[in-house]
Amino acid sequence: MTATAIDTERLAGPRQRPGRARRVQYRFAPLALAGLNIVLFGLFFVWPGSLGLIYSFTDYTGIGTFEFIGLDNYEQLFGDPTFYRALTRTLLFAALSVPLMYVVSLSIAALLVSNYTRGKAAAKIIFFFPWLISPIVAGVIWRWMFGESFGFVNYVVSELGADPLAWQTDPDLALMVVVMAGTWGGTAFNMLIFIAALKNVPRAYYEAAEIDGANSWQRFRHITLPSIAPTSFLVILLSSLGAMKEFAMVQALNGGGPGTSNTFIIQYIYETGFQRADVGYASAVSMILLAILLTIALLQMWVNRRRAA
Amino acid sequence: MSITTAKPDTTAPAPRRSGAKPARRRPRQARELGSVIPMSTFMWLLAVLYAFPLVWFLLSAFKPGSELFQYPLTFLPESPTVGGFEKAWDRFDFFLYFSNTLAVAVTTTVLTVFASAMCGYALAKYQDSRWIRVFFVCILATTMLPTEVILSPTFIVIRDLGMYDTMAGLVVPSILTATGVFMFRQFFISIPDDIIEAARIDGAREVGIFFRIMLPMSRPIIMTLAIFSFQWRWNDYIWPLIVVGDERKFTLQIALRSIVGAENIDWPLLLAASVMSILPLVLIFIVFQKYVMNEDINAGLKD
Repeated sequence: MTATAIDTERLAGPRQRPGRARRVQYRFAPLALAGLNIVLFGLFFVWPGSLGLIYSFTDYTGIGTFEFIGLDNYEQLFGDPTFYRALTRTLLFAALSVPLMYVVSLSIAALLVSNYTRGKAAAKIIFFFPWLISPIVAGVIWRWMFGESFGFVNYVVSELGADPLAWQTDPDLALMVVVMAGTWGGTAFNMLIFIAALKNVPRAYYEAAEIDGANSWQRFRHITLPSIAPTSFLVILLSSLGAMKEFAMVQALNGGGPGTSNTFIIQYIYETGFQRADVGYASAVSMILLAILLTIALLQMWVNRRRAA
Repeated sequence: MSITTAKPDTTAPAPRRSGAKPARRRPRQARELGSVIPMSTFMWLLAVLYAFPLVWFLLSAFKPGSELFQYPLTFLPESPTVGGFEKAWDRFDFFLYFSNTLAVAVTTTVLTVFASAMCGYALAKYQDSRWIRVFFVCILATTMLPTEVILSPTFIVIRDLGMYDTMAGLVVPSILTATGVFMFRQFFISIPDDIIEAARIDGAREVGIFFRIMLPMSRPIIMTLAIFSFQWRWNDYIWPLIVVGDERKFTLQIALRSIVGAENIDWPLLLAASVMSILPLVLIFIVFQKYVMNEDINAGLKD
């Protein structure tokens, strides 16, 4: 059907000016090719997205009817200490894990393209391996390492003569474990992006700097960092968005515990929406999170553009 | 392919720079060696740090339950056993969860590759249409609005579509991925339009050009996206969590989570089942390493 429509258009083609003809010619082929994704986009992004926006103004519980309650959900939200705790804990997690992720992935990438390191092929496989591990299994692995009474880390700590640390029952130490596990799991992909960027920095720059007597830190600071700035921007953006959405790994690592002290915002949305069946309230939280994600993205784009200008 | 750069080139830069004069070469080599040892040591120290949790985990899976919590801990299992694995296979219904996950991952991967290739091609080669450019922005926006953010409304959509607790519910919503579309778009933009023009002059139809000429050309992208998609679906937790309620339809990740979430964690079972759940991806990684670790493709998709 699509093809015949195009054929008629093609027959009419020569009579029009060539420049114009191209613009109107292929209307059905792109629709046929992108059609599936357009439908999916409508079904699984536009529909739930708009539902979420609508529900956030209602008292919907997932079944039966619902009533519009205006901004009640949002008002309640801004006075809700558990929401603030989840939000600030997530922001704290992002603030800790994004810089760590950036420094670690960039350092590893730099080591993996350096002329001064040996055994790069094998090391690269080791650093990449955590990419294969699912967030759930990663959580299990780190829970096993940091078990309070049975974990390897506490065993080493007590062998060294110190008291075992409360990795599971102290909220801040538990958060540290989450940060470490998240960095461990997220390095692989960022490292690959950095390796590609580092390889694209023209060698001539380094050679010129070396002749001028720049040491390796000066070369890194004044040549490498500015050259890979767009990649740094990308990695920081993706990692901050990823950190704000952290959920599965924490589920397996400590379930947001001890208690609810490390409940991140997605877990909070999940628990309100599914366990308390408060769909309206959960949707309001979703909308707030969406606004935060958009702000992070726009802010970083703005900084990136200003820096480039 | 990127690994080829890791060839030992200890002496290569030195002669090139200092010509044939051995007198100048020696101090430089000595200086290089002075950098090589600390930098390599540092890199391998980090590598050991990265490998350790996994190695410890793997070795623990072969320890019998009594040895897991017995102080002093030993690095290697004293009496290695596959008891945990047998238990996972018999009592935990590992095979059922494994085949559920495999079915979902394979089906979604095939559909994702086709949908992304078609959509990426349309976005790359029909940019004359305004709605194509608008749709590109829409796809871009999906990265901002991930499922995690709108869990409850997504669940209600799934329920209203009658997809709750079905395999379709696990497969269909995951077909559209912005990353996949970008990968193909990026690739098809790099293909010159002349090829399409030539095919048009020869009388080929638009959809035919795509399937017969363009799709076969994009083989490296197909492979990369297929591996990525398989990994995403295999390791996915959030979709199965909201779509599946029946324990017989659990995927591996949900089933593993149910062991971790229990009051008393059955560690021998959990360790063994987790190790087994990683195996398919390790196998894929070993076979298709060059597609997975090809940073050129990975970087292209994010631009």
